[in-house]
Amino acid sequence: MQEHKIVAPILEFLLKSVVLILIALTGFAYTTLLERRFIARLQARIGPNRAGPQGLLQPVADGLKLIVKESITPALADKFVYFLAPAIAVVPALIVFAVIPFGSGPLFSLMGDLNIGVLYVLAVLSVGVYGAVLAGWASNNKYASLGGLRASAQMISYELAFGLSLVAVVLMASSASLNDIVKYQQPGNILGWLIFRQPIAAGIFAICAMAELARAPFDLVEAEQELTAGFLTEYGGMKFALFYMSEYVKMIAMSALFATFFLGGWSGPFVNEFPVLSLVYFAVKVLIGLLIIVWVRATLPRFRYDKLMAFGWKALLPLSLANVMLTALLIVLGVY
Amino acid sequence: MHTELSDYLPLFILLFLSTAVAGLVILISVVFGPKRRAKAAKKVAPYESGMNAIGSGQRRFPVRFYLIAVLFILFDIEVIFFYPFAVAFRQLGLFGFFEMMVFIGVLLVGYIWLWKKGALEWESMDKQ
Repeated sequence: MQEHKIVAPILEFLLKSVVLILIALTGFAYTTLLERRFIARLQARIGPNRAGPQGLLQPVADGLKLIVKESITPALADKFVYFLAPAIAVVPALIVFAVIPFGSGPLFSLMGDLNIGVLYVLAVLSVGVYGAVLAGWASNNKYASLGGLRASAQMISYELAFGLSLVAVVLMASSASLNDIVKYQQPGNILGWLIFRQPIAAGIFAICAMAELARAPFDLVEAEQELTAGFLTEYGGMKFALFYMSEYVKMIAMSALFATFFLGGWSGPFVNEFPVLSLVYFAVKVLIGLLIIVWVRATLPRFRYDKLMAFGWKALLPLSLANVMLTALLIVLGVY
Repeated sequence: MHTELSDYLPLFILLFLSTAVAGLVILISVVFGPKRRAKAAKKVAPYESGMNAIGSGQRRFPVRFYLIAVLFILFDIEVIFFYPFAVAFRQLGLFGFFEMMVFIGVLLVGYIWLWKKGALEWESMDKQ
């Protein structure tokens, strides 16, 4: 009997973890397709539509192509770190999903009730910076090291406002568990969503998420005209694919986090009667977030680096601090 | 609320599997990729848009990146301090509110000092 008590949960977690990773990887593959098709539409093109119906096999073709590429290691690179960097980039992107509740009930999340969920998210996401820095340094290439430097400075600068915007959310929900934050947002109507009660925090979170992802308009890390491909310059084949994977998996994670913190997570009508519906609501919210991220990329031009840093330190940081103070004041006054 | 290390078991399993996936992906390209014995010197040279690379790729970099990193550590620790505060805020009531304002006040004084010192100016550091 004792053995069953140990083995059964391990099997359960193992199964859930495998499913989680498979979802993340499939999500990654089809987010790339989604982005290419959607951005093509926005630019009045058609986009990849030849491999399979509507181009649905395009990610498979891309993956196969990268697999059969030669694995080249630059002669001057620090070999160990050069191989380590892509792994460091992708692992945090995958394990951040551990605390996100995908649906109602314990079945749909690995450990959504972790009482330090928000801290875990912040900690794990900031590990991702090491991937960029180490890649830039280990490649022993000027473009790469400049890209790595830019990436580190940008990501850590925006992490401050990112963290402070979530302080306001935790203040509201009085809990750092993601599941509690979702439950806090469902008093029955849509106005319970924190995006309506914390619009400043939601805006700051969205901007900082984009900067953490180093996607347009914050993609100075890999500004093609100046830095070729930034810290990715010396990477090819599957090692490049890992960085690519980390970017898109993180994109899904950020979208899922935004949905969890500000859009009521998995909540929606009839969730209590049909728990499966909660999965659908969550998926729809994440998808909308992804489309908006792509839409922003197609619309906005790239920032200039000094303006990027000034915006992070002089605008977002004081604004998010003021938002925390305002939220605290409103809670004390009994408005929230 | 009590938490044991075993509560974090699913996290460790996920961490292990994710690392395995990353390692496997790197291994795949080594196994399935074409293997060419003779490596041309040009092929494994650092990429510099077709020019011969001059000097090392790991060069000295502007001190302002260091400065940003130091400032980040200072502020990030203070952001982390907010979390326990925020979780307990409703229980602490008015007392907690004033404590928090004092904390933010200290933070703001430091922030204003940094701004006045020009530590947040990206361009002025160039001119020095």
